[in-house]
Amino acid sequence: MIYLELFIGFLEVGLFSFGGAYAAIPLIRDVVMAHGWLDDEMLTYMIAISESTPGPIMVNMATYVGSEKGGLLGAVIATTAVVLPAFFIILIIMLLMNKYLQNRYVKAALSGLKSCIIGIILVTGALMILKNCGLFDGKTDIFTIGLTCGIAFVYFGSRKFMKKAITPIMLICMSAFVGVVAYTL
Amino acid sequence: MLMELFLTFAKIGMFTFGGGYAMISLIENICVENKKWITHDEMMTVTVIAESTPGPIAINCATYVGYKRAKLPGAIFATLGVIIPSFVIIFAISKFLNHFLEIAWVANAFKGIKIAVGILIVDVAIKMLKKMKKKPMQIIMVCFAIAAMLLINIFALNISSMVLMLASAVIGIVVFSINNMRREHMKK
Repeated sequence: MIYLELFIGFLEVGLFSFGGAYAAIPLIRDVVMAHGWLDDEMLTYMIAISESTPGPIMVNMATYVGSEKGGLLGAVIATTAVVLPAFFIILIIMLLMNKYLQNRYVKAALSGLKSCIIGIILVTGALMILKNCGLFDGKTDIFTIGLTCGIAFVYFGSRKFMKKAITPIMLICMSAFVGVVAYTL
Repeated sequence: MLMELFLTFAKIGMFTFGGGYAMISLIENICVENKKWITHDEMMTVTVIAESTPGPIAINCATYVGYKRAKLPGAIFATLGVIIPSFVIIFAISKFLNHFLEIAWVANAFKGIKIAVGILIVDVAIKMLKKMKKKPMQIIMVCFAIAAMLLINIFALNISSMVLMLASAVIGIVVFSINNMRREHMKK
C-alpha cells in the first residue's frame, strides 16, 4: 500500500529531522533509498530543485516523491506526514509554555540558546555568500563577488538613504531579475 | 483574521528560498516590524524552539504565529498557507517540467536569488546581534557559536548544530546557577 508507506516514511522524516533541512538530508536519503523511491542521482537533482524553488526543502521533497509515487493523493499524504510532527510539537510546546517559560532555569537555558543561534545564523549566511562567490573551493568568481557587493550595497543603502527601505521580498525579486539579466548576457 | 494569516504565510512561503534562516528575515520584516503580531524577543524564542525541535523551521514558525493570533484554527491556516505555494510549484514541476533546472533563465534567476538569500541571512543575524542584551555571557556565547561553526565547516566535521544548541543551553543553566550561588553567598 503505497499511501501508507509514504505516510509512515515521511512521518519519520518529519519526526527525526533536527537542525534544519541540510542536517536532515542523510535521514531523507536513508528513507527514500530504503523504499526505493529515488536513486542517488535523482536525489541530488531533487535537492537542487528543492533549493531553487520556494518553501521548506523537506516539504518540497515530500511533495515531489509523493506525486511521483502516488499522484496528487500521494503528494498530499506525503506532505501532510512531513508537516504533522512539527505542527503538533509546536502546539504542545505552546500549551505548556506559559507554565514553564517563567521557570528561571528554562529562562537561563533560553538565554544561552538565543545567543548561540545568532552565531549559527551569522556563520551560515556568511559561508553561503563565500561559497556562492567560489571563495571556499578556490574557484573565485569575480563576477558574482561584484554582483553580491552591488546588491548588498543597494539593500543596506536603501535603509539609510531612502524613505522606504527595500523589503526582503523586493530584494529577492530584484536579485532574480538581476540574475537573469547579468548571467544571461 | 484567518484569511489574513493564510495569505500572509502564503506570501512568506512563496519567497522562502534556501532553507529556514532566510525565512526568519521575512518573518522579522512582516510579522514583527509591519504587522506587530509577535515581538522580536518572541521571534528569537520561536527560532530557538524551531531549531531544537524536528521539522522544517518554516512550519514551526507558522504554527507558532498562527496559534498566537487565533488558537488552533489560526495555527492550521498559517501552516497551510506556508506549505501551499511550494506544494503547487513542486507538484507542477513533477508533472510537467522534468527539466526545470536546465532552463537557462530559471537557473540564472536562481543564481541571483542565492545572492539575496545569503545577504538576508547575514542581515537578520546582524539585527539580532544589535538587539541582543550585551552581557559578558551573551557575547562569549556568540563568539563560541561562531568559532564552533567555523571549525565544523572548515574541517568538515560531522557535528550537527543540535550539539551546539544543547551545549549552549547547558552553559546557560550552569552560568545562571553559579551566579545564583554567588549571590546567595554574598547575602550570607
